Amino acid sequence: MDPAVRVTDLVVDRGPRRVLDKLTFAVAPGQVTGLLGPSGSGKTTLLRALVGVQKVRSGEVTVLGLAAGSPPLRARVGYVTQSPSVYADLSVRENARYFAALYGRGAHEADAAVAAVGLSDAASRLVTGLSGGQKARASLACALVGDPDLLVLDEPTVGLDPVLRVELWDRFHALADSGTTLIVSSHVMDEAARCDRLLLLRDGALLADSTPAELRADTGADDLEEAFLQLIRTRGQEVAA
Amino acid sequence: MTLARSAPTHLSPRLTAATARRVLRQVAHDHRTVAMMLVLPSGLLGLLYLLWKDVPAVPGQPGIFDHVGLTMLGIFPFVVMFLVTSIAMLRERTSGTLERLLTTPLGRLDLLLGYGAAFGLAATLQAVVTVTIATTVYGLDVTGSIWLVVLIAVVDAALGVALGLLASAFARTEFQAVQFMPVIVLPQFFLCGLLVPVDQMAGWLQAISHVLPLTYAVDALQEVGAHTTATGRMWIDVAVVAGATLLALALAAATLRRRTD
Repeated sequence: MDPAVRVTDLVVDRGPRRVLDKLTFAVAPGQVTGLLGPSGSGKTTLLRALVGVQKVRSGEVTVLGLAAGSPPLRARVGYVTQSPSVYADLSVRENARYFAALYGRGAHEADAAVAAVGLSDAASRLVTGLSGGQKARASLACALVGDPDLLVLDEPTVGLDPVLRVELWDRFHALADSGTTLIVSSHVMDEAARCDRLLLLRDGALLADSTPAELRADTGADDLEEAFLQLIRTRGQEVAA
Repeated sequence: MTLARSAPTHLSPRLTAATARRVLRQVAHDHRTVAMMLVLPSGLLGLLYLLWKDVPAVPGQPGIFDHVGLTMLGIFPFVVMFLVTSIAMLRERTSGTLERLLTTPLGRLDLLLGYGAAFGLAATLQAVVTVTIATTVYGLDVTGSIWLVVLIAVVDAALGVALGLLASAFARTEFQAVQFMPVIVLPQFFLCGLLVPVDQMAGWLQAISHVLPLTYAVDALQEVGAHTTATGRMWIDVAVVAGATLLALALAAATLRRRTD
């Protein structure tokens, strides 16, 4: 099967700093791919390149067979930014209905998306009065409403209580099972275990493109956090040697 | 290397209308802003009315309030809509919603025209309220049709919206956005012909005045104030203001970059 996302030799500079350095990878469709790495490793920049709003120095980013950000993709790719990007002075329902309209969907789909993130009870409340976790979920609803083929989520579970986090991850997998490709960034290693595939990013370079099981096997570490550390150490030695 | 080019700014009336409705809903939730939009110009006009109420008019000339009040009916909507729009658009940029919108099927021109339609509608309501109160309560005397006054006020508001959308591209913070008001608005106000008739200004000031759109808006209102029917000169003035509005909108669209650093 053709990959949902193919990135070839992607280089991104921000000012004098090289943020992404010759990244090459592919993402399989219908899976949850985790983009893991510490804060500042280039995760958000990479996700912005996938949705076509990042200035790129060189390299190719192909999404669903088309150049990232090209007009036909905009109805098929959903993007949730790290800080909730919804209208604070609108209610949850009004936000969802606006984004539904942009994706050519109706009020029914909007209400379903609000329900899917567990915000039905807060649907008529203004976003400004919601908690941080509720805002994040409102923002997620506005991407789900378009029923996209590719869902790009930048740290969607930050600040959520554990129960809700599990629920959302179950939802991500349900979406993947129905054919949606998900790319989810996180800096929390316990979320890595929930991904079908992992991309480990550090200082703008890929440390690993693997599955959680392979990563544990390769490094001999049970814990993914430990496995990540192990990888960094081995790479450090390779460079020194 | 293949990079997606920015989409041609194609238009979708459906998405423009959805955006206009969304902007109006945002305004509607802010009751104080609604009240200020509708009532503030009338209140300020009342202050001007009281200011000149007891000053005798020069015989054979229209009263000072008739002259100044009529001009202000075009200036208020311009100033109010410039401020409201530049802040609203700056919020859109800083809150991340603009970046998100640019990943959706919404075209850049849809977004800008959506703002234009929403605040244009708000300006129409504002103009009807202000013109009604001016002509009834304050006895403002207009020779021509007051509907032409409303029309010119709405075109002025649209100019304010378009310049506000453009100005927001050059502001990084709300402090900066607010200070664009005096930068964009006050020189146009000083040179528009209200304080000193344009033909009495120094030549180089006249030249500047003639390239500033507000000058034409004020001239159009003076035409309505002086003639019982719409004059050709008034329609040319209105066309110039409308043209400046479209130019500002096109420039604003050009400043909306899909790809940023």
